[in-house]
Amino acid sequence: MNGITSGFGTWNPIAWTLLFIGILIVAFFVRSFGRKDYKRNTGQTKAFLSGNEEPDAPAGLHVSGDNLYWGMVHGLSAYYKRVRKWHSGDLSDYVAWFIGGLALIFVIIVWVG
Amino acid sequence: MSALSVHAPVLLIAIPLLGAFAVPLIGKLGRGVRDVFVGLIAAFTAALAGLLAADVFGRGGAASVYVLGGKPFNIPLPSGMTAPIRILLEVDGMSAFMGLITALVTITAIAFSFSYWKKRSGGNMYYSLLLLLTAGIFGMEMTGDMFNFFVFLEVTSIAACGLIGFRVWLGRSQEAGFKVMTLYTVSGLFVLLAVGLLYGEHGGLNIAYLAHGLTGGLIDKIALGLLLTGLAMKAGAVPMHMWAPDAYGEAPAPTSAVLVANSQASLYGLFRVLFTLFGITVSAATTGWILIGFALLTIFVGVTMALVQNDIKRLIAYGAVSQIGYMLLGVGVGLATIVAKPAYGLVAMQGGIFHMINDAACIGLLFLVAGAISRAAGTRDLNKMGGLAHTMKYTSVFFVIGAFALAGVPPFNGFASKFLIYEASFKLSPFLAIIAILSSILLLAVFVKAFQGAFLGPRPASPGGGEAPLGMLIPMAVLTLVVIAFGLFPGFFVERIVTPAARALWFGRDAYISAILGG
Repeated sequence: MNGITSGFGTWNPIAWTLLFIGILIVAFFVRSFGRKDYKRNTGQTKAFLSGNEEPDAPAGLHVSGDNLYWGMVHGLSAYYKRVRKWHSGDLSDYVAWFIGGLALIFVIIVWVG
Repeated sequence: MSALSVHAPVLLIAIPLLGAFAVPLIGKLGRGVRDVFVGLIAAFTAALAGLLAADVFGRGGAASVYVLGGKPFNIPLPSGMTAPIRILLEVDGMSAFMGLITALVTITAIAFSFSYWKKRSGGNMYYSLLLLLTAGIFGMEMTGDMFNFFVFLEVTSIAACGLIGFRVWLGRSQEAGFKVMTLYTVSGLFVLLAVGLLYGEHGGLNIAYLAHGLTGGLIDKIALGLLLTGLAMKAGAVPMHMWAPDAYGEAPAPTSAVLVANSQASLYGLFRVLFTLFGITVSAATTGWILIGFALLTIFVGVTMALVQNDIKRLIAYGAVSQIGYMLLGVGVGLATIVAKPAYGLVAMQGGIFHMINDAACIGLLFLVAGAISRAAGTRDLNKMGGLAHTMKYTSVFFVIGAFALAGVPPFNGFASKFLIYEASFKLSPFLAIIAILSSILLLAVFVKAFQGAFLGPRPASPGGGEAPLGMLIPMAVLTLVVIAFGLFPGFFVERIVTPAARALWFGRDAYISAILGG
């Protein structure tokens, strides 16, 4: 009742959830075998930056959403330059896209199909 | 069948419509009385949608007719008549399914609005427009007549434009309202032109009557092109989606959720036109591949544009645009294969239609969350937010669940419908499934960015309003429960409501016609 089948595959969320919980339990069990001499807030927890001192972060520092995928967006700058140009905010452009879409659909439906 | 069930199709339109015009009068009695009145209208309408759905799905999704002004109410052709002339409502599994979506979104949006709009003025007009929009959406979903479909389309357009530009003190809202009004008007005119062409060619406006007489000639094809473009634009399909981020972004947050239901009603109209009105009188493969082309563009452009947004509502808006693509993909694969009717065609339809209700719940939830956090933070800019999880613990959990569900992370509901779409579209072409899956992964990245920007980080210096009030948390919790329930028990919902809706489109054209014309 809770699962679905596509005819080629099956998805049973209850079974998946139980399996997921089981894996979490196993993971925590394995973790419990870890070293017990780990000490919080000591040199053990500091990041290792090639032996250099870790600089203190300014108070209230927050990596904002804009920074998160800067590299990816920069890599796709050619794509974004073009797509942002389409989204000009100019109503005349919006209507032009609409008319262009209509023309394309007419061509396909009337001449092809 | 109870009297309420019999009259439910017309009451679903009449109750919110009368409520919309009564709100300004009731509002004179005070804000509290008005809110109770609007709440009762919304609750009664939702109950009617549930009652109608129980009735229709109890009959396996078979079409039933309601004749306005007729007695009895289910005789579309009185003796001697060969064509229906009265206003007809025709409800099958697909209409009832859409009614459920509209009821779910509107009742939660209205409940959320009671807190959201508490300290703002203009509530009478706001609720009036919201109920008018609800009436229009139900009308589009219940009508069996192309001209009435156009009328209800215009009702939704007028109400939606009013709501988008409602906050007249914000220049951006007015600009968005103007843009949407222009594009909705152009698309509405295209739909009206198509209806006029069909009337001139076949001498009728009833969908079943037109479907019976369509031959697939040049005029019919032109009408199809006009309808397809006009409705795809109102649904927000790329490249005609540009209005959607403006509209969803600038409308008040609860309204944005209802606007998604409005877009889905246009999508329903598109599916009704393609499957019931035209069927295979024009090449279903051609129109199916047109939908698939729209779908791929919509999915990819929607997600990639969401990635670069810093306004939380515009980010969710582009996410909403991308999800329209998944619905188009599922139904497009179904349409492209309807002649051969392979098993995966129906599965694709089930996936696309199931995704409609899943998307309504997830996107509705995310827009409500966006409303709550922008109210608390005093901004919608992700670069100026941060650390809200310290003060808005419940809201942050709701956001994570909504985002995971929309991105198709198991075991939430978005995964269940996308699973059906991925598998069925893979059977048609692996390329389709690859684009769909990659875009889902990218959408998860989009919401990681939003969560990082809004909720993570150090505690904000000025904590703002703290956690959202109970009146906002409850509607968000209701939608979260829907997301979880549809995710954990997809089989139950697919079997009972999705499959009858998909079959009503996939196999139901003849039954839809014969419910009016007999034979």
